[in-house]
Amino acid sequence: MTAPMTALVTGTWWMTHRRLSALLRNPVVLVLTLAQPMVWLFLFGELFEKVVELPGFGVRSYLDYIVPGVVIMNAVSLNSFAGMATMDEIERGTLDRFLVTPVRRGAIANAGVIEQALSTAFQSLVIIVLGWAAGAHYPGGAPGLAVLVAASVLIGIVLAALSNTLALLVRDRNTIIGLNVMLLLPLTFLSSAFMAKDLMPSWIRHVAAVNPVSWALDASRAVLSGDPDWSPAALHGSWLLVLTAATVTLATYSLRSYQKTQ
Amino acid sequence: MAHAIEADGLVKTYPGDVRALDGLSITVGQGEILGVLGPNGAGKSTTVKILTTLIRPDAGTAAVAGHDVLRRPDRVRRIIGVVSQKSGADPEASGRDNLILQGRLYGLSGTRTRRRTAELLARFDLDDAASRPVKTYSGGMRRRLDVALGLVHRPQVLFLDEPTTGLAPEARAALWAEIARLAGDEALAILLTTHYLEEADRLARRLAIVDRGRVVAEGTPDALKGELRGDAVHVEWREPPPEPPVRDALGRLPGVREIVLDGPRLSARADDGASAVPAVLAALDQAGVPAAAATVARPSLDDVYLRYAGRRFTRHEPSTAGGAR
Repeated sequence: MTAPMTALVTGTWWMTHRRLSALLRNPVVLVLTLAQPMVWLFLFGELFEKVVELPGFGVRSYLDYIVPGVVIMNAVSLNSFAGMATMDEIERGTLDRFLVTPVRRGAIANAGVIEQALSTAFQSLVIIVLGWAAGAHYPGGAPGLAVLVAASVLIGIVLAALSNTLALLVRDRNTIIGLNVMLLLPLTFLSSAFMAKDLMPSWIRHVAAVNPVSWALDASRAVLSGDPDWSPAALHGSWLLVLTAATVTLATYSLRSYQKTQ
Repeated sequence: MAHAIEADGLVKTYPGDVRALDGLSITVGQGEILGVLGPNGAGKSTTVKILTTLIRPDAGTAAVAGHDVLRRPDRVRRIIGVVSQKSGADPEASGRDNLILQGRLYGLSGTRTRRRTAELLARFDLDDAASRPVKTYSGGMRRRLDVALGLVHRPQVLFLDEPTTGLAPEARAALWAEIARLAGDEALAILLTTHYLEEADRLARRLAIVDRGRVVAEGTPDALKGELRGDAVHVEWREPPPEPPVRDALGRLPGVREIVLDGPRLSARADDGASAVPAVLAALDQAGVPAAAATVARPSLDDVYLRYAGRRFTRHEPSTAGGAR
């Protein structure tokens, strides 16, 4: 490994170590933030139980249908507040403390991505297990669930990167909260999270098709079904990967821009 | 050997046309401690941010230990220690964990990091609190931890950006003692910014007074005060002396002027009060009008600031109780 590469890897390791230590010091947060997806899962699961009886919905159990929806939506809402933690670090002077050390800027950004990925994966697994306990079926088995968790991690990283970019460039909590509130519902309901695409009005179907939340869901559902279809999973998965790479690059770039404008 | 810090013509304008720096230049020698003194908004923190690679200036050049701040920020970061105004320590983590992470970020090995952490905890009197989360620390303890964090990797150049702002008097005195000890280290150059005149007077061997983004005066605290019209010399007699021999005796002394005799009290200006007093006393003795007492009042840095910035320092900082004189 070249020297800059080694520096990036060790820097990433220690910055990640710091974040995970913080998470382990206070694991309650991780569990408490699961309250919201639990409400979605069980409230929506009960409330809309009968929608599967609509002709053309295509699945027999609504619970089976919404577990991926709740997993992905949880990833979206959890990570869209990542910028708030970044704001804390800016205001406390912690970010500046790291920026004056030799630690690579990439390492600071990577550590954030890794922490978000791990906590998102953990929460997704908890939702999957609780869904299963409530009677949901995952006919696609382990490969399908692995894709669902991976998709939740990717969409989570996308949202976290955008939220961090906002924090670094705008540096205003109210903007982050406002945008989250404004975007969360459209992102959720203009996607296939809770309603089958074939039953949507056509304009929503078109919007949903370009909604990255739908990409994550379509990729997951395609391989979670009893008859797994890997080609839509690969297609949507690739789009999601491209978007992830783009947003992480944007977040890293905004870290550099933060240095120029503070 | 290159200067520890060399900044030339730094200009920085923030959005909204706020000119934070307007051609600021400073130099700090190896092992020297320079105090950058000025009120809030004078450009002190912007200077520190540029020199510590946090922001880039619009114009001007800067080098730390010979490394160009703009072209080789990576090299600069290895040799500087920074104690900024905001603590930056993780409040949830313990003091020890904060120090260990800091050592690791500078690439220190596990053994060296542990040894250095133990050393710094002892030196800054944080042994007992080492395992407690930083959020339980007092203001003074936090600040001592911040200084320790800045020293983990044994930097060549240390930046202390208003290190004692917001501290209680005892905590401030303790930190001053610690900074004075650091200043004794020949291998460490320190740039200290402050808006406390007393702090600058006490800790810095050389001062740069900044106002509106540029250095308006530079020199040792004593030299800066010496540049004023001089010290005030006060002489007293038990009874009012006859005026002609007094005026005659003092008028012949070089560097003594503005003699005002008012009953048993006389005041005058002297270039260097400390050396003028024995001469004044001797001259009065010889003239047969021996004085009972003589005192010298040195000009304060506040007077210096008034002269160079054209306004009084303390008016900008009403909250410097215990700091400014």
